Amino acid sequence: MSALAGLVRKEVFHILRDRRTLVVIVAMPILQVILFGYAIRTDVDRVRLAIVDPAPDPATLALRARFAAAGVFDTVAVLPDARSLESLFRRGAAQGAVLFEPGFSERLGRGLAGTVLIVGDASEPNTGSIVQAYAASVVQTYVLDELARGQRLQIVPTVRMRFNPTRESSNLFVPGLMAFVLTIVSSLMTAISLTREKETGTLEALLVSPLRPWQIIAGKVAPYLVVGFISVLGVVAEARLVFGVPLRGSLALLLLEGVLFILVSLSLGILISARTSSQRVAMMGALVGTMLPTMLLSGFIFPLESMPLPLRAISVIVPARWFVLVARSIMLKGTGLAYLWQPTLVLMVMAAVLLVASTRAFHERLEG
Amino acid sequence: MRPILFLARAEVLHVVRDRATLAQCLIVPIVQLLVLSNAATFQIRNTPTYVVDLDRSTTSRGLVTRFAASGHFRVAGESASLDRANEALLRGEVTMVLAIPRDFETSLVRTSAAPVELSVNAEKGSAAGIVQAYASAIVSAYAAELETVRGARAVDRQAFRRPIVDVRTRSWYNPALNYRDYMVPGILVALVTLIGTLLTAQNIAREKELGTLEQLNVTPITRGQFIAAKLLPFWVLGLVDLAIGLLVGALVFSIPIRGSLLLLFGAATIYLVVALAIGLWISTMVETQQQAMFVTFFVMNIYLLMSGLFTPIDSMAPWVQVVSQANPVRHFVTISRAVLVKGAGITDIARPLLILVAFAVVTLTLAVRQYSKRAA
Amino acid sequence: MTGDAAITASELTRRFGGFTAVDRITFDVRAGEVFGFLGANGAGKTTAIRMLTGLLAPSSGRATVAGYDIAREAERIKRRIGYMSQRFSLYEDLTVRENIRLYGGIYGLSDRDIRDRTAQMLARLGLAHTADQFVRAIPLGWRQKLAFSVALLHEPRVVFLDEPTSGVDPITRRQFWELIYEAAAAGTTVLVTTHYMDEAEYCDRISIMVGGRIAALGTPAELKQSFTVPSIDDLFVRLARDT
Repeated sequence: MSALAGLVRKEVFHILRDRRTLVVIVAMPILQVILFGYAIRTDVDRVRLAIVDPAPDPATLALRARFAAAGVFDTVAVLPDARSLESLFRRGAAQGAVLFEPGFSERLGRGLAGTVLIVGDASEPNTGSIVQAYAASVVQTYVLDELARGQRLQIVPTVRMRFNPTRESSNLFVPGLMAFVLTIVSSLMTAISLTREKETGTLEALLVSPLRPWQIIAGKVAPYLVVGFISVLGVVAEARLVFGVPLRGSLALLLLEGVLFILVSLSLGILISARTSSQRVAMMGALVGTMLPTMLLSGFIFPLESMPLPLRAISVIVPARWFVLVARSIMLKGTGLAYLWQPTLVLMVMAAVLLVASTRAFHERLEG
Repeated sequence: MRPILFLARAEVLHVVRDRATLAQCLIVPIVQLLVLSNAATFQIRNTPTYVVDLDRSTTSRGLVTRFAASGHFRVAGESASLDRANEALLRGEVTMVLAIPRDFETSLVRTSAAPVELSVNAEKGSAAGIVQAYASAIVSAYAAELETVRGARAVDRQAFRRPIVDVRTRSWYNPALNYRDYMVPGILVALVTLIGTLLTAQNIAREKELGTLEQLNVTPITRGQFIAAKLLPFWVLGLVDLAIGLLVGALVFSIPIRGSLLLLFGAATIYLVVALAIGLWISTMVETQQQAMFVTFFVMNIYLLMSGLFTPIDSMAPWVQVVSQANPVRHFVTISRAVLVKGAGITDIARPLLILVAFAVVTLTLAVRQYSKRAA
Repeated sequence: MTGDAAITASELTRRFGGFTAVDRITFDVRAGEVFGFLGANGAGKTTAIRMLTGLLAPSSGRATVAGYDIAREAERIKRRIGYMSQRFSLYEDLTVRENIRLYGGIYGLSDRDIRDRTAQMLARLGLAHTADQFVRAIPLGWRQKLAFSVALLHEPRVVFLDEPTSGVDPITRRQFWELIYEAAAAGTTVLVTTHYMDEAEYCDRISIMVGGRIAALGTPAELKQSFTVPSIDDLFVRLARDT
């Protein structure tokens, strides 16, 4: 055991002495969470609206006032006709438009139907739908309030938004973001550690030493687990303090799962490094094999339910997918191990399999 | 002039003969395009719903049927137990719970109003908003339908002549609300960027590693000539990749190509200068290919995620939106979408295009300055 | 222009932070000379060469190569010098012919000149049959000779060779030195660094660098006499020990 302790101590010295890398490893997740937490969002808070009102009259003006007062719309243009509307949309100056027809008030007064055309820029589909929905509801509210006071049949929906009452998308993304930045940091750490050893040839020395392969791996992984733990702590703190993501479940459980996840990522990194001979391929493999799947297939940004079946199947072997599930559940739903035993088990199995595989890979290097 | 041609020719030979680089240029982008375009979507359909109908009247059944027939919702479970419904919501088996109270029908008949409760799993953020919007729309459409029926049965038609507003909605550019149309133009930008920046950085870093860069520095070739010869092949390669990507996009994903391709490629030409200049700049900062790869990935990651590629710029926090003005990727993504999806012309994209031109000048100048044949 | 001297250096110095790699070296090399720049690994030879070829700026001191000042006229020097670095300088994934063409073009030679000189060079080296092979397929010894010839392709006044015979068998080394003599006979000044002390005997004059300074300068015969040692190897050991 003292051999292992010595190895761990050496690794710790490496880490502490390479000040620059240490700062990068600890600071990077924190920096990235801030950047991406504010950038990766899908909320639609303010809509740039254009109004086409060829013949303003009391009704159109009343509706226009409602749009202005709604708080969600910024009226960017009031046009007499729809000619320049296309250009506004193409430039991105307007995201939605409300088009009235001439004689709106008059028609309503005579008991006829007045038409309001709502256009949404659906190049981003969800924004388009939301713009239309918001605008339509402003009109409906006006109709209910002004024109059909209390006489129409109403089914009144009460809507409860569960688990994320403010519906801020950061609550959705930030827990996922944790998985993403931790994955990057883990591959970084293994890449740095192992390639440094390979380059200086000290890895060979370790391999021919009396240390067993599993000890070498354990010695490498252990100190980085600690560093990783500090990262997790930092990221969770950020999520709470900067983004106000709730933490309805157990902090201890979240941290433990975080450490488990880092263990899986580190093991994966080691396996990739152990299996490849060329540095360049190792780097490519680590990045492509961990970062991209984590970004795309973990449910971090893009919901898994929206993906076609083959991709959903692949996502099962992406470790980040399970951790994203766990993090979101603990933070937003407050669930405990009773609900999360399955993903936790999956992560544990992954860690075990990867560690065994890397040990095997090192064995082969000794023989081969 | 001649030195540039000779060196550029050698560069092309390098690229063409290196299978790994070729794979990186041609195969990897296509695979990425195929995978990314399928993964990158926020579309919601057939939202699994749990129905708790305590009324079980004709009217309440009618509402449930409307939900089921809408195509947006799928009844995944039904019972009289609200607890069971909440459990399903907690487990993530359903996204919405529709709860109809016991006196739904009687309430409507007697008081012209009745409540229903929608519980939506808002973990998904704005997707929840859309689910709510669809659900509310179905509810009010149903109410209007009942109203019409009531009106038709009324004795005094006159009393039911109320002013009504006919609200029509249109979705411009993407009536099918297809996420591919939004993502693919952006993904093409990502591909072109990676090729331009990564390959350039890697290539020059490799020459440093091998020592051939030193040999070139000893020759009378000027900085400008060297850089031109290096960047030219990758410039062309980037445009070729864009063309291939567009072809795949059009054939496999049927993405719209509404604007002028000439305009798009023109903008791409300018954008590539920026991407290449950044690659060049990175190469001056690193010693090995590995470092080049690493730094490029890291920098590109940030650029890409903050460019409005996957998530809209309008949704970003205001300060981030301001910062993203300094992100050249953002501008080319805007141009790409505007031209392909919205059919924009040169006046529509004048602003981002001019910004890209400015970027090209600045980044290229800085990168060239940074590169020195002599170590200080 | 400084008369007959192809290279002059005066108090040439290079510091890297607190470490002085080249410490006020002063020497000159006459036109057509074969000058041996000897010293142990890390003694500062490569750093000195990098300064003389314009790859590295000096910290202080002056030097001229082919009559031009290295600090102010570095680019003009490059037209008139050839360089063969310690690490390999030909592109392995290009053929021999393509490599020669590339450097010919970079130095501004006409297509005809390139063709003619390529044929001459390959004939002289006996490597005509390798013209269209990839450089990586050619044995190391041949590559070294090829690299040297490419360095001379544009007929430079001075050629710098940094450890050109490292890792090469004795016969090839001998052949290499024949090439060097040929170049010198044609009027090219050759400055060659090496840590093989026996090669010192092949040079017209040598300098020995120890710890960044020139500890000895002169013809091999002169040095052996004044230091009363039987070989340059012994001289080197003595100087290294004295530091």
